Amino acid sequence: MQLFDTLVFLLDSTVRLSVPLLLAALAGLYSERSGVFDIGLEGKMLAGAFAAGAAAAVTGSAWVGLIAAVAISLLLSLVHGFASITHRGNQIVSGVAINFIAAGSTIILGQAWFSQGGRTPLLSDDARLGAIRLPFAEAVADVPIIGQIYSDLLSGHSILAYVAFLMVPFTWWVLFRTRFGLRLRAVGENPAAVDTAGISVAWLRYRAVMCTGILTGLAGTYLALSQNAGFVKDMTAGRGFIALAALIFAKWRPVPVMFACLLFGFLDAFSIRIQGTPLPFIGQVPVQFMQALPYILTVVLLAGFIGQAIPPRAGGVPYVKER
Amino acid sequence: MSAPYAKLPAWADYGLIPLINLTVAFIVAGLVVLLVGENPLRAAVILVDGALGRGQAIAYTLYYATSFIFTGLAVAVAFHCSLFNIGGEGQAYVGGLGVALACLAFDRVFPWWLTFPIAIAGAAVFGAAWALIPAYLQARRGSHIVITTIMFNFIAASLMVYLLVNVLKPPTLQAPSTRTFLEGGQLPKLNFMIEAMGLSVRSSPFNVSFLLALLAAFLVWVLIWRTRLGYEIRTRGHSPKAARYAGIGEARIIIVTMLISGALAGMMALNPVMGDQNRLQIDFVTGAGFVGIAVALMGRSHPAGIVPAAILFGMLYQGGAELAFEMPGISRDMIVIIQGLVILFAGALEHMFRPSLQTLFATVRPASVGAKAERAGGV
Repeated sequence: MQLFDTLVFLLDSTVRLSVPLLLAALAGLYSERSGVFDIGLEGKMLAGAFAAGAAAAVTGSAWVGLIAAVAISLLLSLVHGFASITHRGNQIVSGVAINFIAAGSTIILGQAWFSQGGRTPLLSDDARLGAIRLPFAEAVADVPIIGQIYSDLLSGHSILAYVAFLMVPFTWWVLFRTRFGLRLRAVGENPAAVDTAGISVAWLRYRAVMCTGILTGLAGTYLALSQNAGFVKDMTAGRGFIALAALIFAKWRPVPVMFACLLFGFLDAFSIRIQGTPLPFIGQVPVQFMQALPYILTVVLLAGFIGQAIPPRAGGVPYVKER
Repeated sequence: MSAPYAKLPAWADYGLIPLINLTVAFIVAGLVVLLVGENPLRAAVILVDGALGRGQAIAYTLYYATSFIFTGLAVAVAFHCSLFNIGGEGQAYVGGLGVALACLAFDRVFPWWLTFPIAIAGAAVFGAAWALIPAYLQARRGSHIVITTIMFNFIAASLMVYLLVNVLKPPTLQAPSTRTFLEGGQLPKLNFMIEAMGLSVRSSPFNVSFLLALLAAFLVWVLIWRTRLGYEIRTRGHSPKAARYAGIGEARIIIVTMLISGALAGMMALNPVMGDQNRLQIDFVTGAGFVGIAVALMGRSHPAGIVPAAILFGMLYQGGAELAFEMPGISRDMIVIIQGLVILFAGALEHMFRPSLQTLFATVRPASVGAKAERAGGV
């Protein structure tokens, strides 16, 4: 049973660690499917986490924190849209800019408002989005295997974790079963065709970018209000880029995105678990190698060795209406 | 890449528009200062004084600028081939390994001026090697260079921590770094140059690699505008299709450009590693690779623009340190915001003021934009 306990523990932390990745990767999915590359996921998530931590600390309400996070993240995504859709600027450059603006301003404003070295005050449990116990979780906890899976693995996560996993089928439905989704995918492949059909390319892309903003806001909220009790300086720590990697790894499809995020979350959980203990056959694996593994896997995938990752055809290209 | 905008007179294109963009970036930065509850004008005065007020300050400003010239050139060379090398940070980090290995091997036997060329070669080769895989993958397998270079930044960070902790750290040291280089691995300082202007410098890290950076800037200008290779790079950058028709091997150009770019980024490591700290430390790059993006955009990818842009960012780094001292509400992270705003306004939003400026020019002096452009002026 020892092994089983370890496994449940490992999978539980996998789920916890993959939630912010999943929210951010799904966020990127909307934008990139519409033809707007977004490497500013990291910055938007960071700004969202800061807004959530700051607003929750001031008001004492987690929900106000969540709204603030979504608002600020939405604002940044609109800046990205303004630059890359309205002014046809370089989308990569715009994303880089947003990452820097978020990284700098969260520290400056955090220090100015709370004077705790860039972090927001520690939140009480009321101001957090804490664990939700699913019904009967206590009752079935003693049932071997199934009970344990139910009460330890499935129950006891933040509401945002459930939202994140429900967003997977929802996103699939939106993209592949609604008119909006069809148009969104079309505008990412061939905007001229969409334009000819009398649909506004710009407005469609703006809506996609706004979806991105909302979801990155949720990802930031999860980091600040569920995984931690407040905002810590540079707390995204490259998760936005891992999410981007997961998105590419999954070839811009919602369900594979979930598995890619779970894989990267598992690698993270696993590297924390095995720190210092040698593995059978392989021996001691350096922590740094485990940390670099998501990035290495993504490069290998991009190289086309695990099937080719083909981005939306119009991705990264600003749309110029012919005159 | 078709430019959807009409032409402006050259002085407006290369002078006025960048100036407007930069001004807007600094105004927005001023608003952030206001939000923090400090006076932006006083902040600006402290910043400029802190960067240029004394000989000491100027030396530090130029020390920072040295790193940014290298990384700015690295990004610019890739830009000319319409490649976006975000991997300057990682290439500089790995370039530091080349510098350190050269210094560790030769500092006992050679004087600095013999170690220096070996270290330059080491920095360039290691930096270029780190750019090679993303370049190859872009050229031969079509993987997006932006994504691969970002990934390589993270991989470089992990690799270097591993090497420093497990391989390069002498057992006697606590902190993960190499041993301190002996005199043969230390670059001489250039403080005398500032003292020659009648200013006093107590001690500063301003060193010989500044001259190398200026030389590199000149060589990049020669390369891009005066050689056949540079012509091919620019052709590929303007129109990959035209380059293909002209018989320019696309894969070769991409790889060669990225190797040059990576080598320039790697050479940045000479400045902090061999010129200042005299050992290889964790995170010695401290974002200089990313500053290069802002510098290249601000300098419009031309060495004549990159050198002043790098000095401006050097001023921000040095002046920002003084500012943090004077105004406790503002730490050095303010520079990161300014950097982001410069990238946003000089890069992503570079065309924001162009249409209105074109309308202005078309009404005031129609000849300056040409009759054809006049019709497109309202776009």
